[in-house]
Amino acid sequence: MIFLTRRATFSSSHYYWNAAWSAEKNEQVFGRCANRHGHGHNYTLEVTVGGEPDPVTGFVVDLKWLKDVMEREVVARYDHRHLNLEVEEFAAGKMIPTTENIAIAAWRRLEPAVNAAGGAQLSRIRVYETAEIFAEYRGGQ
Amino acid sequence: MSSAARAYLGRRYALSASHRLHSEALTAEENEAAYGKCNNPHGHGHNYVVEVLVGGGVDAETGMVIGLAWLDAVVKERIVARFDHHNLNCDAAFAAQVPTTENLCRAVFALLRDELPAGQLEGVRVEETENNFFEFFGASLPAGGR
Repeated sequence: MIFLTRRATFSSSHYYWNAAWSAEKNEQVFGRCANRHGHGHNYTLEVTVGGEPDPVTGFVVDLKWLKDVMEREVVARYDHRHLNLEVEEFAAGKMIPTTENIAIAAWRRLEPAVNAAGGAQLSRIRVYETAEIFAEYRGGQ
Repeated sequence: MSSAARAYLGRRYALSASHRLHSEALTAEENEAAYGKCNNPHGHGHNYVVEVLVGGGVDAETGMVIGLAWLDAVVKERIVARFDHHNLNCDAAFAAQVPTTENLCRAVFALLRDELPAGQLEGVRVEETENNFFEFFGASLPAGGR
C-alpha cells in the first residue's frame, strides 16, 4: 500500500458557541474563540489516500483529479466563507466548527468521491488551523 | 459525552536544548564512528519541535477531542519546562541512555502518557531539524513504564 498526500488551503472565519450553554459557560470553555463576531484562519487541508500504484501509469490516483475533488467538495464550499453562517454542515448550530469537526466534515464530503473512483481509499484527513495546531481523522464511526 | 468518532488533535511545541551523543559502552573510536560530529565532547544544540498527537472521541458539547489550554499546560509543565534551555545529557531520563532524538521521543511519550486520560496519547513526533524527525506511537513501551 502506498499513501499519497495532497494539500490545499482555504481561508474561513468561525466562532465556537454551544447554544445550549449560557454565555458565561461558552466564554469559560471556548475563551476568545467564543467571540460572536468571529475570527479567521488560513487552513490547510491535507488529504491522504492509500492504494496500489496502477501498473500502467504508476499512479495511486491522478493528482490533478484529487486536486479537483478537494476543490469541489471542500475548498469551494469553505474558502472565504463564515463556517457558522454559510456552510451547511455547521450552520444553525448543527456542529461547532472546531478543527476536529472540520476534519470530520471534510472526510464525509471526500470519502464517497474518492472511494467511488476505485483504486484508492481515503486514508487520513488533516486540517491545520495554524502551523502549530491540526486535527486528524481516519474515519470509522 | 463523546461521540464514537475518534479524531486526533496535534499540537506543536518548541524547545531548545543541547546534547552530546556518546555511549559509555563504546570506545572513543567507535563513538566517533557511530556519532560523528554529534560526539563533540562539548555538545551542541537544536531547536526541537515536539508534536503531540492526542486521540479520542469528539465531545458532543464542545466539538473538541481535548481542551487545548489544558493540554498546553500539561506539556509546558512536563516537557517544555523540563527540557527547554537544558542539557539533555544532564536529565535523569538520559542517565542510562544516549539522548538521541529517538530516545527523546520515547521519553516524551513516557512522561506524557499517564498525564493524559487513558488511551488518549496517540503518538509523539520530535523534529530535530527541518530535515529529520522521529515518531513514537508507544507500542513497545511497557505498561506503566517511565
